Amino acid sequence: MASIADELAKKQKEISVSEFFERNRHILGFDSQVKSLIMGIKEAVDNSIDACEEADILPEITVMIERIEKDEFRVTVEDNGPGIVKKAIPNVFGRLLYGSRFHAVRQSRGQQGIGISATVMYGQITTGKPATVISKTGKEDVAWRMDIMVNTKKNLPDVLKEDPFIWDGKEHGTKITYHMNGRYVGGKQSVMEYLKQTAIVNPHSRIAFVDPDGKRTTFERATEKMPPATKEIKPHPSGLELGTLMNMSKETRNKTLGKFLQLDFSRISDRLAKEICEKADLSMNANPAKLNLEELKRLLAAIGAVKIMAPPTDCLSPIGVNLIKKGLRNVLDEVRPEFYAPPVTRDPKVHSGNPFLVEVGIVYGGGLPKDSPVQILRFANRVPLLYQQGACVVTKAIESTDWRRYGLEQRGGSGIPFGPAIILVHVASTKVPFTSEAKEAIANLPEIQSEIELALRICGRSLKTHLNKKETKSKTRVKFEIVQEILPLIALKSAKIVGKPVPKLSGSITKIMNVVWIDDSVSYEKKHHRVRVSIYNYTPQSQKFNLHMVIPPGSFDYKGLQFFPSEVRDDGKVSWELPKIASTERLDINFSLNGLNKEDYDENEIYASGINPVLIIGAEPLPGDWDVKGMQITESEEAPVQEEEDEEVDYDESKEALNDD
Amino acid sequence: MTDDENKAVRSLTNIAQSIYDQIDSGRIPKMTLPLRTKGNIRFDPKHGVFKYGKATGARSAKKVNGALMLLRTMYVLEFIEDMIANSKSSTLREMYYISEGWEKAKFSSQDESNLLAEDLEIVTACMREDLKLRAEENGASIIGDITISEMDRKGRLKKINCRDDVGDSGYGIPNNVEREKVQLLGTNAKFVIAVETGGMFDRLVENGFDEKFDAVLVHLKGQPARSTRRMIKRLNEELKLPVVVFTDGDPWSFRIFASVAYGAIKTAHISEYLATPTAEFVGITASDITNYKLPTDRLTDVDVRALHAELKDPRFADEYWRGEIETMLKLNKKAEQQALAKYGLDFVTDKYLPEKLNNMGVLR
Repeated sequence: MASIADELAKKQKEISVSEFFERNRHILGFDSQVKSLIMGIKEAVDNSIDACEEADILPEITVMIERIEKDEFRVTVEDNGPGIVKKAIPNVFGRLLYGSRFHAVRQSRGQQGIGISATVMYGQITTGKPATVISKTGKEDVAWRMDIMVNTKKNLPDVLKEDPFIWDGKEHGTKITYHMNGRYVGGKQSVMEYLKQTAIVNPHSRIAFVDPDGKRTTFERATEKMPPATKEIKPHPSGLELGTLMNMSKETRNKTLGKFLQLDFSRISDRLAKEICEKADLSMNANPAKLNLEELKRLLAAIGAVKIMAPPTDCLSPIGVNLIKKGLRNVLDEVRPEFYAPPVTRDPKVHSGNPFLVEVGIVYGGGLPKDSPVQILRFANRVPLLYQQGACVVTKAIESTDWRRYGLEQRGGSGIPFGPAIILVHVASTKVPFTSEAKEAIANLPEIQSEIELALRICGRSLKTHLNKKETKSKTRVKFEIVQEILPLIALKSAKIVGKPVPKLSGSITKIMNVVWIDDSVSYEKKHHRVRVSIYNYTPQSQKFNLHMVIPPGSFDYKGLQFFPSEVRDDGKVSWELPKIASTERLDINFSLNGLNKEDYDENEIYASGINPVLIIGAEPLPGDWDVKGMQITESEEAPVQEEEDEEVDYDESKEALNDD
Repeated sequence: MTDDENKAVRSLTNIAQSIYDQIDSGRIPKMTLPLRTKGNIRFDPKHGVFKYGKATGARSAKKVNGALMLLRTMYVLEFIEDMIANSKSSTLREMYYISEGWEKAKFSSQDESNLLAEDLEIVTACMREDLKLRAEENGASIIGDITISEMDRKGRLKKINCRDDVGDSGYGIPNNVEREKVQLLGTNAKFVIAVETGGMFDRLVENGFDEKFDAVLVHLKGQPARSTRRMIKRLNEELKLPVVVFTDGDPWSFRIFASVAYGAIKTAHISEYLATPTAEFVGITASDITNYKLPTDRLTDVDVRALHAELKDPRFADEYWRGEIETMLKLNKKAEQQALAKYGLDFVTDKYLPEKLNNMGVLR
């Protein structure tokens, strides 16, 4: 009699990876009609950009969605990448977990080699149709066209058809076309949004999109510079797990433990290898492949006990402060945001042996919606994350930051803040710790969260500074309207009624204002930035002080100046010794900056010295570390003139109960 | 130019002179005015009405609002002086539209221009008629046995009996009810009843209340216009007719009564011309709601807030009103005058009013 175990053994059989994912498609993110369409495109576009970057080609990507039936779409993604050699095409598109990056420790978009073949598989499950792949490498004269399906039982590609052909006008590149059931939508989680966000963090790419209605949108590239190529590094020993160590020791080509430690890991020197071996009570010459479990455990403990330098970080490719700004500007210009906080790129740090770095940018105001939660743009290795916002460490970090300090609304000082703002967070790492295979949210690691929080705070402070400046200016602007427009008219009319000459206004004006008001502007035309700084002395005394600005080094134009600066330094610090400005007089300083791009300079940074800071609006007091060489500093001693504080009630603000009905 | 006109021009020029002098001497120009708030109305024992107290506020060029109002004041001064010089006058609404051409000084709403006109009345101690500004609000109507003579547009005196010589809508109270325009010749009526709503006024007319009880019916049309209040005051003072006020039973009606009897907050500077201190409140009172089991509505949030505001209003600071307001808050209900129709169309004239007026001693 066959035992129950035998019976069961008959039923137990190997499930192939593809079969497993076919049944658990949500693990890869194909869990709704809307999402599947986005996921497929995301996988194809990620691969295209990765391939272009590896081959040092500026990416040109075209995405087209056509509606075949109500729910069936034909999706085409074409790139100008290096192409795929004929032999490799079936495996890349028709076999899961086949990839070049799975074993490499470096920053890249795709990691496991599941995505694009899963897309092909999902397409074939929902429509029964194969994917068509066209690819041509630069070396070959012909391109290859193949119809590919995934054999889910074996996790192997089935090539239904293959033809060589001449791809007109195409030097190299890959184009995949597949059919898929899905639903096409607009909004925050859509193909358009995904491509738009991709364009923001990949400003070196040109991405065109043709939607099912045939409407074409193109995100032009904002820079011609490729991001620096990322380097591959060896695994860093910190955070190493026993299983990984076992695999590595079995597979290493190095015959001695000493060499294995030195060459298969990063940051382990000869001296350090010796120290580890001593601590683990193992010989430097032992064969790593023959270590038993007990010995491997000792080795791991020893690795954990020594001090090892942080992993090299040149394997990471930050987008960079300038390009984040450029990318945001390029895509957001239509909403005319009033402020782009200078983005922050943090120095690399390490999470469980993997280097990572965090970048943050904030955009504020303009046409952004005022009364809704801020928009959060999350990126992992330059790939937009559209789903699972609530589960992501980025959201956690934003929620636990007190945004009220930085000028956004936030009930109780935690949670997603409200206001006209977009917060961009990019996490780059050789291994981004996602919460699931679908790569939708970054896991909540304390090292990562605290780095994000630090970067958010730095950006938040710039935002607050901007908002403070704006508020003071608008308050003063209101008074400016009184003294420049309303008061002169009152004087004129009253003089006319009483039949006397128009009275002088200076006394009233200085009593209303009692400040030196600095109003400034920057405009850009014909490759020049034109800067205007107007200084209104609305104090009762004449004023003489120094003005300082910071401009991009080397851009100052000496032509056509009325007031020459007393100093223009190599680091871009410019100072003027202003002539005496009489009470109620105005002085204008105009100059140009040459050779800059529009976005290189958009807000003036103005400082004043030699005057009581409370008397100035529109310029900050000169910071102590400015180091004003050769400029005479005379701190003014006079106390600010106290405003005439009459305790009278404002008549026009106390009409609460005027209505009887 | 008449004496009144001379006085007006002098006062207006004084305002401009003061602003001019302040600028000329290097100060921030401002105007000081009595605060027109409910906290700043005081009982004036001499006239028996409520007038502005001593608290003042400043309209100063230090703030944009104040500066703009000062500028508008200058424009309005010039405008009024022109009208006086050319023997013209304008309605308040016309002045609001004329300000369209004043650029920066343009009024942003008619409320604003109306308020400024009242401000000028206060500062110059001239009535707005003297400033050549007319309200477009027309007074309401009167039905009852009083005889008046009114100067018509052609300068002829017309003798009118407000019961026999008028149609169903009664005698229309003109904008100007001063002696040069309207004279009260005589009456056989015993009292004046001022009615808030048109529906109730018509009911009393249809039921012949005026003839049956020798009453003069005055329609208030909600919060009464200045001319209506002035007319009631003259009927009371010159024809010695007692005045009673009949309104809905809600917080807003209390305020209507207060402006007839005690003076309105907005026009407290001329309360002695407009208010009738001996006027009495008939109802609907809060206790009527329970006594007569009237159909009601719940108080809204706004109603409740209004009642609480009235508890802080000096005009309602007596035992009677405090009781009424608190009862209404406790009931959390209000009722309309026309709710009396629950007992039939004649109930108000056959039962409710005779009962109430008897108790008050108005009907013998």
